[in-house]
Amino acid sequence: MAEMTYLEAISTGLREEMRRDPTVFCLGEDIGLYGGAFKITQGFLEEFGENRVVDTPLAESAIIGAALGAAIMGLRPVAEMQFADFITCGFNQLVNNAAKTHYRWGAPVPMVVRCPSGGALHAGPFHSQNPEAWFFRVPGLKVVAPSSPYDAKGLIKAAIRDNNPVLFFEHKALYRDPKIKQTLPEEDYIVPIGAASVRRPGTDITLLTYGLMVYRSLEAAELLAGEGVDVEVLDLRSLLPFDREAILESVKKTSRLLIVHEDTLTGGIGGEMAAIVADEAFEYLDAPIRRVAAIDTPIPSSPPLEEFFLPNTEKIVTVLRRLAAY
Amino acid sequence: MSVTLAAPVSEPDLGENDLDDLGLSRSDYRTLYRVIRLQREFEERIYRLFKQGRMTGAAYAGAGHEAIAAGSAYALAPQDVLVPMHRVIGAHFLRGHTPVDMMLQYYGRADAPTKGRDGNMHCGNWSKKIVGMISHLGSNIPTAAGIALASNLQGLDVVALTYIGEGGTSIGDFHEGVNFAAVRRLPLVVIIENNRYAYSTPTDLEYACENLIDRAEGYGIPGELIDGTDIREVYRATQTAVARARAGKGPTLIEAKCYRLLGHAQHDNAWYVDKGYLEEGRRHDPVAKCARLLLDLGAVTPEELSDIDAGVAKEVDEAVEIAEKNPLPRPEEALEGVYAP
Repeated sequence: MAEMTYLEAISTGLREEMRRDPTVFCLGEDIGLYGGAFKITQGFLEEFGENRVVDTPLAESAIIGAALGAAIMGLRPVAEMQFADFITCGFNQLVNNAAKTHYRWGAPVPMVVRCPSGGALHAGPFHSQNPEAWFFRVPGLKVVAPSSPYDAKGLIKAAIRDNNPVLFFEHKALYRDPKIKQTLPEEDYIVPIGAASVRRPGTDITLLTYGLMVYRSLEAAELLAGEGVDVEVLDLRSLLPFDREAILESVKKTSRLLIVHEDTLTGGIGGEMAAIVADEAFEYLDAPIRRVAAIDTPIPSSPPLEEFFLPNTEKIVTVLRRLAAY
Repeated sequence: MSVTLAAPVSEPDLGENDLDDLGLSRSDYRTLYRVIRLQREFEERIYRLFKQGRMTGAAYAGAGHEAIAAGSAYALAPQDVLVPMHRVIGAHFLRGHTPVDMMLQYYGRADAPTKGRDGNMHCGNWSKKIVGMISHLGSNIPTAAGIALASNLQGLDVVALTYIGEGGTSIGDFHEGVNFAAVRRLPLVVIIENNRYAYSTPTDLEYACENLIDRAEGYGIPGELIDGTDIREVYRATQTAVARARAGKGPTLIEAKCYRLLGHAQHDNAWYVDKGYLEEGRRHDPVAKCARLLLDLGAVTPEELSDIDAGVAKEVDEAVEIAEKNPLPRPEEALEGVYAP
């Protein structure tokens, strides 16, 4: 079987689920005839027809609200936000309507909202954001953010089969990156929601991250390896629920923790991770918990500004060295 | 309020087994009156119980909206989905929520439909094809459109019926939901309950068009303006819209003009409401109008009407008794049900 890009993995996972389960359908802007802004659903209209690939008006609240209604009816909608940034237009439908439905009156809400997210493409303040932290604190939602083709395919399938609203953050800068292509199993598999993955085992520092930053972190870890520091890179994969046990287990082993995320620092999910480790593994720590994240500004457009804004390998290496020396 | 009306002087125009021009029998009218009366009785009781400090949370009443609640929900088939709002508890009763269910809701008891997780009329129940409303007005219109979308995608014969106050029509979700349903010709009926006050805000501060159904043309769908205090009008308009939806012709907007005979909620005495409005509203009291209609149709005698009123009052008494005896939920039950298995 040929190697797959991250984009192909998502597309294939979605297509396989639609073939497997007739209740799965897609809705969103420009997803049918046009095949989606990023071509995730290219060819879907031809294969599945208009009743399974629904082009919608430009109306995120209607898209998410309609997905909720269809999910209550027992279908498994996969709604596409053209860019994750636009999810704010449907914020209330997610955090008040979909997230609270099962708790309030017991109806399962098996729906997925796909969110092409992330920066590094110089796309500016409204096509580059990482809005996961807004949803991370909403009981009733699930949030995943895969970094590899394997995980992307396994998690889109798990998200579709889940009976709760799942936000699926797919990083645009990974879509067609040839360096991360993977040969995926022929057989059906899922990646369970809530399970982290050790992307690089190590003994000296735990580096907790997800999404695009997994690759920056792995590069940094390799550089540190040359300096005799063995960094364990833990890819969260699922942000809500997150793998508390894997985080604590790794920190108890390494006694040092760096959290890296592409979202801005203040109120990012790194703060919560730090609090949990401080609460539950304080006596294991040999150094302060550190965070590397985007700076607290809107994400700027021009390349030097965006590069300054985003975490990168160099910034991660600097903090890893300080942690190792502490 | 008890309704005491004299028997009609003329001959009844509906025989016991006849169906009238709307396809309704005497028995149908008795059911409709019973539901209208039950809503009034139930909500008057809720207000009293709140004043007595026997409940917590918030109490809303649909006094003046009862004909909209009963007349619209009565036009649904069993497979159709009701997406109700806060002034149509009668629609809940028609779909199978009992006064006991709703009283348990208000009391926040363990056996309430939402087990105390949400209060008052905020309860869905999929076995009765009722979606739970949320307080963010307008947000359930896209949800109802999604239910109608699922019906269309799967070739089901399900119509979704939802409501919005005239105040809620200013919210973006109203536009997004109605437009989406219009574009895809979804089997959706949206009833605007226009009581002319959004909490304290009068319509001249809410919208600039003459009638809200004027917007229907902009969506490319039919709109109908009706008297929302007239049970026959409400039933007829909803039945027409439901039939249209079922035939694949898409959504309809109905604007039902009515009066809010009480404040926005129990805490609000509505001092800001125009006195003439209230007087006019009382003249159009849907409970009294429906009672008069039944007598004129010969569907009930004055004695039978009194019997229905007494039966409804007894039902509400019993609901209070059952609800007060029902246990409160265990505190740790707050943890349950955040996620579906």
